[in-house]
Amino acid sequence: MIKTEKLCYSYEQDTPFERRALYDVDLEIRDGSITALIGHTGSGKSTLIQHFNGLLKPTSGKIIIDGDDITAPNADLKRIRRKVGLVFQYPEHQLFEETVYRDIAFGPKNMGLNKDEIDERVRKSAYLTGLDEKYLERSPFDLSGGQKRRAAIAGTLAMDPKVLILDEPTAGLDPKGGKDILSLIERLHTENKDMIIIFVSHSMEDVARIADRVVVMNEGRVETEGTTAQIFSNPNRLRGIGLDVPQVTLLADKLRSAGIGLPDDIYTVESAAREIAVRLGGDTHA
Amino acid sequence: MLKDITIGKYVPARSPLHRLDPLVKIIFTAFYIAALFIINKPLPYAVFTAYTLIIMLISGIPVKMILKGARPMLWIFIFTAVFNVFMTTGETLWAFDIFSLSIKITREGVISGAVLTVRLFYLVIGTSLLTLTTSPLDLTDGIEKLLSPLQKIKVPSHEIAMMMTIAIRFIPTLSEETDKIMKAQTARGADFETGNIIRRAKAMLPLLVPLFISAFRRADDLAVAMESRCYSSGGKRTKMKECRFTSFDLRAVIIFAAATAALMTTQYML
Ligand SMILES: Nc1ncnc2c1ncn2[C@@H]1O[C@H](COP(=O)(O)OP(=O)(O)OP(=O)(O)O)[C@@H](O)[C@H]1O
Ligand SMILES: [Mg+2]
Repeated sequence: MIKTEKLCYSYEQDTPFERRALYDVDLEIRDGSITALIGHTGSGKSTLIQHFNGLLKPTSGKIIIDGDDITAPNADLKRIRRKVGLVFQYPEHQLFEETVYRDIAFGPKNMGLNKDEIDERVRKSAYLTGLDEKYLERSPFDLSGGQKRRAAIAGTLAMDPKVLILDEPTAGLDPKGGKDILSLIERLHTENKDMIIIFVSHSMEDVARIADRVVVMNEGRVETEGTTAQIFSNPNRLRGIGLDVPQVTLLADKLRSAGIGLPDDIYTVESAAREIAVRLGGDTHA
Repeated sequence: MLKDITIGKYVPARSPLHRLDPLVKIIFTAFYIAALFIINKPLPYAVFTAYTLIIMLISGIPVKMILKGARPMLWIFIFTAVFNVFMTTGETLWAFDIFSLSIKITREGVISGAVLTVRLFYLVIGTSLLTLTTSPLDLTDGIEKLLSPLQKIKVPSHEIAMMMTIAIRFIPTLSEETDKIMKAQTARGADFETGNIIRRAKAMLPLLVPLFISAFRRADDLAVAMESRCYSSGGKRTKMKECRFTSFDLRAVIIFAAATAALMTTQYML
């Protein structure tokens, strides 16, 4: 479990450039959840997630992961970073090795694993991310954008983290590439029920599709938090802070006010199609 | 990590120093440095220190921040001081033996060590004050003007200024990028801070490769953007914000000249 208590952070503290990015963030993220972090640009999402593996030190407040206070002065940051894998936005920009294989192996190697263990992990995470074995011996710079992204995510998965955090994992990919990344996250979740997955996203559709909990950030504070259904049941509140609900939810709202009796928790195209098909008395496998 | 470097960083504020014409400021800085290397007696040093303090106080920039800019140079200061103290011959103050090496500390050594360290320190302070109070754009403007007489002998002053503008423009971008990549690799267990020199140099590879790739990508993007707006080097350009020599600058020049004359008097006449 990840818990933050009154977490505050300022960039460039004690300089004229000081900028507060987080105010009193109190959060609890339970094991086995897929949590989406949403909020307008500059609301502090990236700043917040960099605290979870000790890359940023809070100006004040605490972060407790599985009972360990990672903000304590004697915290073992290396261990924390093994446990909490962080995939940055555009992670393909950090690829550097000669081959994809060696790039994925970078993390496990830094952990001091032996050759066989490294090999096993590289192949397993390449498989998980859907990266074909034939790419492993290629240069990462010869891959397509989507493949590079997978290779970079595989690099973090190879460290076998218990918590996986992804900052806008689908940004800049084509629709298919984006969907593949989302299915990858879902697959990781089904394969490892205890894993905490946190992802930042600007796409309400993506959030509706895979998240079970949503944290809404606004101007460095947690605006609200709850299950996906709870969050999307209040479109006006989200609009007030520059966000929205999925398009299909709006459509369902319109249909409902036109007299079609749909349930009010429709957030994905699939569930909408299913419900509408039922109303039309047709095939439910839409 | 990289945040402590203030050289090359501009802090916007309202101060007489910010208002000064950049060309004038560059020339003042040159005189400041020249004076620093001319003076060699206690009294002029005292006067010079007073001047520096006054400039720091009217710069509108927190003194703590100006001093922080000198911190990365600390090792150079220490090295210079130690080197001078031990390596200068002269009147012996103190002699001792370590591992059959006889070491002598001389009066001249102590003095020249102290003087050089003080000079280096003021050098850093003076130049950081220039960049802290002048926006990069104004700075290159000033340099372009400074170099423009050389255009007669075919020195491409505009191109030099353009190159500098671009280079300066990209310092914050690249340092941000460095910070980002460093964090990303740290998240994968990279260690940039411990180990001997060879280990550390090797550890830089995961940082340098992506950094260079991104720098080249940015350079390429910029070239395309400039070309698509028909940039060519020969053209005659006007400026959006023209820096003019004002009566304020004139007053500053007079005060500066008077102060310099006073300093030189303490050096040569007293
Ligand atoms: N390295 C930095 N130095 C100074 N200020 C920063 C830095 N990184 C972010 N900030 C500031 O902190 C605030 C929060 O930024 P953050 O990157 O966490 O936002 P975000 O929610 O991730 O936004 P986006 O959706 O655009 O990625 C912003 O106001 C930003 O300007
Ligand atoms: Mg962000």
